[in-house]
Amino acid sequence: MTGSYDDELSRPLDGALEASTSEGPTSPAVGRDEWVARHGDNRTGRTGRLGVLEARLRVVPWWAWLATFVALFCLVPVASDSGYVRRVAFDIAIYMLLALGLNVVVGWGGLLDLGYVAFFGIGAYAYAFLSSEQFGVHLPTVVSIPLVVVVGAIAGFLVGLPSRRLTGDYLAIVTLFFLQLFLTVTTNGDDLFGRNVTGGSNGILNIDPLSIFGRELAISKEGGLFNPAYMYVVLAVFVIVYVALRFVNLSRTGRAWRSLREDPLAAEVMGMPVNSLKLMSFAFGAAIAALSGTFVTALSASVFPLSFSFPLLIIIYTMVILGGSGSQPGVVLGAVLIGILLELLRDPGDSRVLFYAAIVVGVLAVFRLSVKLAVVVGGTFLFGLALHSIAGAVDNAWVNGSGGEGGGVADFAANWVIVPVNLADWIPPVSYISLVALALVLTLVHGWVRIGLLIPVLYLAAFVWENVMIDQPEPTRYIILGLILIALMVFRPTGLLGEKRVEII
Amino acid sequence: MSTNGTPILELEGINTYYGQIHILQDENIVVHEGELVCLLGGNASGKSTTLKTILGLVRPRTGTVKLAGEDVTNMPTAHRIQRGLAIVPENRRLFGPMTVLENLEMGAYLRPKADLKAEFERVYELFPLLYDRRGQLAGTMSGGEQQMVAMGRALMSQPRLLLMDEPSMGLAPVLVERSFEIIKQVNDTGVGMLIVEQNANVSLSIADRGYVLSTGRVVLEGKAADLLENEELRKAYLGR
Repeated sequence: MTGSYDDELSRPLDGALEASTSEGPTSPAVGRDEWVARHGDNRTGRTGRLGVLEARLRVVPWWAWLATFVALFCLVPVASDSGYVRRVAFDIAIYMLLALGLNVVVGWGGLLDLGYVAFFGIGAYAYAFLSSEQFGVHLPTVVSIPLVVVVGAIAGFLVGLPSRRLTGDYLAIVTLFFLQLFLTVTTNGDDLFGRNVTGGSNGILNIDPLSIFGRELAISKEGGLFNPAYMYVVLAVFVIVYVALRFVNLSRTGRAWRSLREDPLAAEVMGMPVNSLKLMSFAFGAAIAALSGTFVTALSASVFPLSFSFPLLIIIYTMVILGGSGSQPGVVLGAVLIGILLELLRDPGDSRVLFYAAIVVGVLAVFRLSVKLAVVVGGTFLFGLALHSIAGAVDNAWVNGSGGEGGGVADFAANWVIVPVNLADWIPPVSYISLVALALVLTLVHGWVRIGLLIPVLYLAAFVWENVMIDQPEPTRYIILGLILIALMVFRPTGLLGEKRVEII
Repeated sequence: MSTNGTPILELEGINTYYGQIHILQDENIVVHEGELVCLLGGNASGKSTTLKTILGLVRPRTGTVKLAGEDVTNMPTAHRIQRGLAIVPENRRLFGPMTVLENLEMGAYLRPKADLKAEFERVYELFPLLYDRRGQLAGTMSGGEQQMVAMGRALMSQPRLLLMDEPSMGLAPVLVERSFEIIKQVNDTGVGMLIVEQNANVSLSIADRGYVLSTGRVVLEGKAADLLENEELRKAYLGR
């Protein structure tokens, strides 16, 4: 019964034979796809000035980008003598290092390591042990830092051991457990088998500053200002790590990591030592995290368990994912953007401007220049004005609660969003939950219904922002990080500079 | 068909279990140096498990796997690759975001880089298209081109035995035949081959010998030409 049907299928399609014989001298060429071959140059890029700019930027070599970036970064302490700005610059430099390290494990090795921050902590504590009165050891920096890096690598190696058998979510749980273990041990480490090892939740204080060939690097300059030299040290280390990792990535090992991430089974049947490659990426990442830990400890002269807990883990992951997991410039960009964003969100005035700007940009991005855009923007504006004046006419106390920083944006908000003088207890949870619920409903409706619903939702978002979130900067920061991740998943799953995923079907 | 009678691969009395389930039942398969053997069978007949057992991804409960006379039953995959084993996996499994050149290099992962020139030349001679496209990302190529990359990648390790898992899968009929022409061509250079296929007609037409698997047992074996004539084959192969 198979006869005729099979013959039907195995007969070449009309014209296929001619197409394949017309290829000329390159045969034997199994499956040479004529269409692809002829249209290989059909890729379209941007045209016009933007296209020219894009093409020009693409030929700028990587080291030129790095040099420009580092040069600009070096100028921060010159441009601002504010201790706060300099400290933030230091923190961002640390974030950049941490993101580079996490990128090795997650971006290149493809291993979901949720215990990453523990290695940061291990580095910090290792440096504290080697340079404080805790054990009476005071090693010079040139000795202690290599030791810390080795300790970090060994810790990464040991934690990576389960990765030989576990993948994906299982590995994530084991490493997360390790982070919890680290926190528990350090928090209770003031009585570890009767000995005070980590100082418990009081931490370790009076840790030595960095000393370079006998010269101590004071942590603060005259007037109590933070010494920018620390930022330069971290930046120099960042450059070294960045360049070193770049070479690793281009090496055979780097490519093996990428193959491992793409397809562990294929990598294994090519004879790659899958297990040692995984352990190596764990050790690399952990060593970089530990290295970053030393600078933070040296600068703050103290170390506490809670500096290495889950919020930091979430922040670093957001940086790597936003920038583009697997791309070195990407994760650095992610670290800078998220680092700045987190600082802006600390300040009510800045975060207010940021919030309204994000809404305007978001609406613009979705609707472009269209009638719908005009309807949404105009509608939301009028809707707010109407509600605000009705509420104000009924009772002035309903609208007089606002005020604060943010310049023109704050003035606008004060005349547009209802902010009662005394907020009833039930309003924050109810408004927040209904905002989330309505946002979900928005995804279910379509067309003009969606646009009609979008207007009150946008207004409610502004209401929640002005009444609830702006007073709670800490949770707000994490809510914003969550929103960024959701938006990324939808609009740009590869991150800002991530490699385009090529799916093999 | 440059068979000289020395076995390159021997599976002797292989019994493989997944937990309680008995998958391969007393399986015996031999591939000689330079021979082209195909392993036929429907779904769930144990073809993939046989390949995994040869590669060392699955360990048999009893029985031995020998490569070129050496017992490798308890050796890791990498060791077997070094002994001259290579595979073109089902669905090709290329490293999509890496270039053709990088994919080929990964195929020769266990070989010192200095020796690779000859291998590259051999692969490019066989597949001139790969030379033209060496800078292209493998994932952006068409199915037939990917098949070439996968074969090239496997040949980079200078295998004495090449395993091919369903080479015809996902290819247009016209490409299937040409793909098998290439397989024959590679075999003529002296590489022993074990081809796992559902497409009995095409694979038997180029093979020296064949085995037919059904629910984990070898139910038929013999010269390819004889199998092609066999009425039983259709029964076993179609699973009814």
